[in-house]
Amino acid sequence: MQYAILCYHDEKVTCAWSKQHDDEIMAKLGAVMEKHKSKLGPVARLLPTTAATTLRKDRDPPLVIDGPFAETKEQFLGFYVVDCATLDEALDFARELAAVNPGGAYEIRPVAAFYPDKAAS
Amino acid sequence: MTGDGWISDVIVAARPQAMAALVRYFRDLDAAEEAFQEACLRALRAWPKNGPPRDTAAWLVMVGRNAGIDRVRKNQRMRPLPPDDQISDLSDVEETEALRIDEADYRDDILRLLFVCCHPDLPATQQIALALRIVSGLDVRQIARAFVVSEAAMEQRITRAKSRIAAASVPFEAPGAVERSERIGAVAAMIYLVFNEGYTTNVAEHGAKAPLCAEAIRLARLLLRLFPTEPEIMALLALLLLQQSRSAARFDADGAIVLLEHQDRASWDRRLIAEGLALVDKAIRRRRPGPYQVQAAIAALHARAATFAETDWQEIALLYGTLEVMQPSPVVTLNRAVAVSRTRGAAEALTLIEPLAGKLAAYFYFHGARGAFLKELGRDDEARTAFGRAIALANTPAEAAHIRAALDSLSRTDKTR
Repeated sequence: MQYAILCYHDEKVTCAWSKQHDDEIMAKLGAVMEKHKSKLGPVARLLPTTAATTLRKDRDPPLVIDGPFAETKEQFLGFYVVDCATLDEALDFARELAAVNPGGAYEIRPVAAFYPDKAAS
Repeated sequence: MTGDGWISDVIVAARPQAMAALVRYFRDLDAAEEAFQEACLRALRAWPKNGPPRDTAAWLVMVGRNAGIDRVRKNQRMRPLPPDDQISDLSDVEETEALRIDEADYRDDILRLLFVCCHPDLPATQQIALALRIVSGLDVRQIARAFVVSEAAMEQRITRAKSRIAAASVPFEAPGAVERSERIGAVAAMIYLVFNEGYTTNVAEHGAKAPLCAEAIRLARLLLRLFPTEPEIMALLALLLLQQSRSAARFDADGAIVLLEHQDRASWDRRLIAEGLALVDKAIRRRRPGPYQVQAAIAALHARAATFAETDWQEIALLYGTLEVMQPSPVVTLNRAVAVSRTRGAAEALTLIEPLAGKLAAYFYFHGARGAFLKELGRDDEARTAFGRAIALANTPAEAAHIRAALDSLSRTDKTR
């Protein structure tokens, strides 16, 4: 089963990290990813929500809005896709990530369909 | 979570919001600062036991406000505040409080706090110092270090700025649309000042001044979160990020300035560039051009060029032309001339800047650029004079060293002729 691990954190906190602190955390996360690379799918870190644009498609024509879809206290800042036999295994992976990157939350969400290469449909 | 480092991270993030609300409540910077500090002390005691509250800013505002009122009561020999472990359990109060001070209130609060710091009665250096102290929460020692002055002198500067603010009395009502947009403009200019104070430096002071650039970027992010649809604020943040992306490439091992032309582009920070370019893109879509957008677009063209030779000077010259119309200034014309020298040659560039000689007589970059144009045209004696003036006007030893290198290369080519 594939799980998406969705990363939420207060970007006011993460954006205030010094470059050095940011680099340290990225290096530690990199080590965790390296350890589990055989079961790891795509991983992405997103730019802050100030860089986001939202297309509201609940009307016709859709409306383009500056900023994220939802104003929340913690923002969606990135994700991992990981192949695990059980939810517990996915939780363990998330716990390892959390140990080196405290604060915020990980949402563990089973993947319904996955298209690793563009040609697949 | 390991250690209590997270608490200071959370407090730093909540500071502008909390301070802004406390300033509205007490209508006095010192009283708000004292209340905030008291709230932070209580947070450090309460949060490790109870965990952070759901809305940290609202917690700090509540506790700070109570502490402030308590101080007044104490002075009047009245009943003290309940013990910490009682007040730290604020869940009920917090709910209603959070409802009352929602994001929209905070928005004008924070804008007012930022605006207070860039009051026109304050000279630029005081504006920056005050913003760093009040909004960013840097301590006086850190700010003094960044300005290369003594702590006592900085303390005095901040105190003086505060009393000027108190005397000037900024209105506390929510601003109207026109006033709000004027405030946004003034705050943007102040943020750019903070950045430039940190960016205009030599290698020796680079370490001490670097926090100013980081703070400016943080303030620009804050302003953009408050006004997410303002293209000029998107562009301000983009401009700062794009300039900051080159910071690792700006000095060589000996501490000399490395010009854009010779910078190692591999050491530019790609993540900052990606964010800067994304913001420029977003801003331009709004089709409401402004000076920060033009400047950010110029910075974006430099960031997009894989090598110096691939720089789109034609477009940069056009953009400086646009900026000249929006914000006429001899410095902008000088920058356009530099771009023009790359596309249409030094002779045309020289013609462009000759009329500026009076206005820019005391400007280091004018003589540096003029020297470079003259040198390119083979007018070595005049170039030598121009470089000499530039050295005399250099702001930092690194700038002087750079011009001296240009002078030396002039002497060398002389000998080989």
